[in-house]
Amino acid sequence: MIQAVVDGVLTGGVYALMAAGLTLIFGVMDIINVAQGIFVVLGAYLSYVLSVHLGIDLFVGLLITMPAMFVVGVVVQWVFISRLGERERTAMSILATYAIAIMIEGILGLVFSDNYVELNAWYVTRSYHVFGFYLPYIYVFGFVLAAVLLGAIYLMLYKTRFGASVRASLQDRSAARLVGVNVDRVATITFGIGVAVTAAGGMVYGATNSFNPNTGYDLISRLLTIVILGGLGSIGGALGAAVCMLVLEDVVAVVWSPVWAPFVFFAALVVVLSVRPTGLFGRSSARAQ
Amino acid sequence: MRRVPSVVGGRNLKAGGLAAAMAVLIVFPLVFTNPTVTSIAVFTLLFMASATAWNVFSGYTGYVSLGHATFFGTGAYLFAIVAMRFNLSAGSSLFALVPVAGVAAMVVAVPFGLVALRTRRHTFVVITIAVFFIFQMLAFNLGITQGSSGIQVPTPNWSPWTFNNPFYYVSLGIVVFATAVSYFLRRSVLGLQLLAIREDEDRARGLGVPAGKAKLTAFVLSALPVGMAGAVYAYFLGQIFPQFAFSPLFDLSVVLMALFGGIGTIAGPLLGALLLESLQQYFTFQFSNGDLYLVIYGGLFLAVLLLLPRGVIPTVTDYLSRRRARRSSAPAARDSLTQPIGEPRTSPIAIVTGKAP
Amino acid sequence: MTVILEARGVSKRFGGIHALDGCDIEVAQGTISGLIGPNGSGKTTLFNVITGYERVREGEIRLDGRAITNMTPEAVFRLGIGRTFQLTRVFGRLSVMDNMLVASQHDASWARRAFRKAGSHGERAKALELLEFVDIARLANEPAATLSYGQRKLLEFAYVLMADPEFLLLDEPAGGINPSLINTLAERIRALNKEGRTFLVVEHNMEFVMGLCHNVTVMHHGRTLVSGDPETVRRDPRVLDAYLGGVGEDEEADGADGAGAPGAPVSDES
Ligand SMILES: Nc1ncnc2c1ncn2[C@@H]1O[C@H](COP(=O)(O)OP(=O)(O)OP(=O)(O)O)[C@@H](O)[C@H]1O
Ligand SMILES: [Mg+2]
Repeated sequence: MIQAVVDGVLTGGVYALMAAGLTLIFGVMDIINVAQGIFVVLGAYLSYVLSVHLGIDLFVGLLITMPAMFVVGVVVQWVFISRLGERERTAMSILATYAIAIMIEGILGLVFSDNYVELNAWYVTRSYHVFGFYLPYIYVFGFVLAAVLLGAIYLMLYKTRFGASVRASLQDRSAARLVGVNVDRVATITFGIGVAVTAAGGMVYGATNSFNPNTGYDLISRLLTIVILGGLGSIGGALGAAVCMLVLEDVVAVVWSPVWAPFVFFAALVVVLSVRPTGLFGRSSARAQ
Repeated sequence: MRRVPSVVGGRNLKAGGLAAAMAVLIVFPLVFTNPTVTSIAVFTLLFMASATAWNVFSGYTGYVSLGHATFFGTGAYLFAIVAMRFNLSAGSSLFALVPVAGVAAMVVAVPFGLVALRTRRHTFVVITIAVFFIFQMLAFNLGITQGSSGIQVPTPNWSPWTFNNPFYYVSLGIVVFATAVSYFLRRSVLGLQLLAIREDEDRARGLGVPAGKAKLTAFVLSALPVGMAGAVYAYFLGQIFPQFAFSPLFDLSVVLMALFGGIGTIAGPLLGALLLESLQQYFTFQFSNGDLYLVIYGGLFLAVLLLLPRGVIPTVTDYLSRRRARRSSAPAARDSLTQPIGEPRTSPIAIVTGKAP
Repeated sequence: MTVILEARGVSKRFGGIHALDGCDIEVAQGTISGLIGPNGSGKTTLFNVITGYERVREGEIRLDGRAITNMTPEAVFRLGIGRTFQLTRVFGRLSVMDNMLVASQHDASWARRAFRKAGSHGERAKALELLEFVDIARLANEPAATLSYGQRKLLEFAYVLMADPEFLLLDEPAGGINPSLINTLAERIRALNKEGRTFLVVEHNMEFVMGLCHNVTVMHHGRTLVSGDPETVRRDPRVLDAYLGGVGEDEEADGADGAGAPGAPVSDES
């Protein structure tokens, strides 16, 4: 039981990282990147290639995969997303990223087939024993990695000039444009960063779960649940929601049955939204003039 | 209001066209008797009905639902479970379950809509996906659905040569029904209110439009043909599995079809489904590689989004009416059957080159 | 004199901004009342609260003595309050005629009429008549998005009238309207007032307000400052102070020009 809570917090950190990317993209660009799930899987496969074929350590490999995913993000944003018109932007962006997701899924399927694979390293199978808890190294390392990257995002947002432009765009895109922020450039880089973190998320995910190209659906539905519960566009909310949901899921898996754990995940979303349509941490806006 | 003579002519032409199309659809399986062809036709009709029904809600209100597969799966499972539980024997009389399946989908749509429609925009889209996943998970895990081993549905022992025909005509019936709903709704008070909600929901409410009731009614109504299509699908395939009855690709396909033809129009989803589903079925017969298919499908989807964001029908009618206007220099006739929502007169060139606003 | 609308102690805060801070207002039945005040004094917010677009925690609003605080916009509309928006909100992709029909109210319950054909003969005739009334009937079949700002203002005014509201709240009805049409607009409002409808009009065009209204209320910092007949309000020194102060705060120094002549605090600023 307590073990389940600890596990939930540790895995929650990794989900928080992936969700932070998603919610950051939403906040700045007002689009939901449905491809975030498949990007995580893509990141996991990149780590897989590096570790299996080139023998590069998973964590060291991030030095290659994260920039690579950044470039993927920038290219996707530049080639597809930025070309969508302003009309029906919500619907269009969701559909476009969904289409990108199924294309990537198909490409991964062609290259790697549908067989499940796993990432391996010495720290994947070993674990610490602390106070009678059983803590796999990879969970701990993954959590630390997520915390470091989230800290980096935080520093980037609050301590750099670029971060100030991002925050301005988060608040109000047109106002940011008026005060001279190059919103399109900010959007492209933010999209790149939001996708780059999936490389790290994907690596940890791949080391703790087996995955295949279809895994993206499972991931994206969880990530969407987390960002909606956290209140769209709120990074802190995404962190809180990620940890809450993963703990809830792990606890349900222990006290009830692992089969129903994901069910609880979505049921919680439905229940929360029927009480608070703006999510757990969200606030309502919409100004009538 | 000036009446341009060509409008009257256009209306007769339209009625004639409709009658001709109906005639073609009715004789189609009698002329093309190849079972492969008629089987493609059945799937195509089911998607024409589903895309039209989806459009009745999402196209008119602007609330993009990615959860209509819930209704499709509900219809399919209701059909399969009832047939299995009551040991019903196969035959034409089993088609009587099709409307029942549609009603079951409507029943599911009520609580679904009550929860989902409290939210807007992105949150609405996400909650429809979440509800869909809940249903898929239920189908995998409940006893009554027999989990991942699926359910066998009795298969009629009709001659293989005409086996598809009853399915074809029932599906055609659903298409006609869905189109009629779409058509009459479009002209009704409710239809106008839905369009107003799409434009500015709060403003519509401030003018006395009961937005909650209107949206829920449209949502529940749009579940009906989709549930019916699901039932026919289950019967036609002879067995169902959770991942096919509740498929994420279903919604994507339906949205793509509506988008391709023209969201918010009546003919758009029909045309989109006709082109894309028959193409898709053809591809499935040609290449058995599902992954290649995903790449092609995703690529096509993106191409439509970027190059034809308004859909084929509005783009073409716009082009035609502009040409007519140029030739006769009379005001362009607008027709609500094909014209979604008047407005932006983007040049077709701009649309094709992706420079449309 | 019976009071048709009464607001007491209404407060509304947006973050740290007190958009309304214990605002009181009374509107007498059958009058044309003006509501003026510097930019940001809370006029639009008060409209939003009255018509259900914003919810409040403090204060009470009564219509004919009945509390209507925090009702939904639909409910408020059905009680016979129609309003227009400062930045117009028309249904852009619907035709002007369809915009009119959206707002038409029926006696039959919604469930019974929802599936009927939109726009009966009578409704269409009435819509055309009203469009004629505001002089945009020739645009009936154009999508509303193609109208100019002023035409949209007129359309909003017309479609609100479709439901025969007893009480109309107009937020800057003359903004963006061709000056030669402004007098016609005032005429229209007077004509409707003669039929017994009550008006509450927000407007920055002082000439328009002072000429049209029986009674003027001045708001400042979310509160009512003065209320009375146009002459009294015009003479009240606090009003001038409010405008000068308000302008200073909003750093719109050039807006103060109009206040040069006492008696006409701000002439035509928007
Ligand atoms: N939705 C909102 N969110 C945040 N602040 C708001 C909101 N609505 C109004 N405000 C603030 O409340 C104050 C009052 O605004 P309001 O629009 O009511 O003023 P107004 O009197 O109508 O001004 P104007 O003459 O410029 O139309 C302003 O400071 C405004 O910025
Ligand atoms: Mg205002």
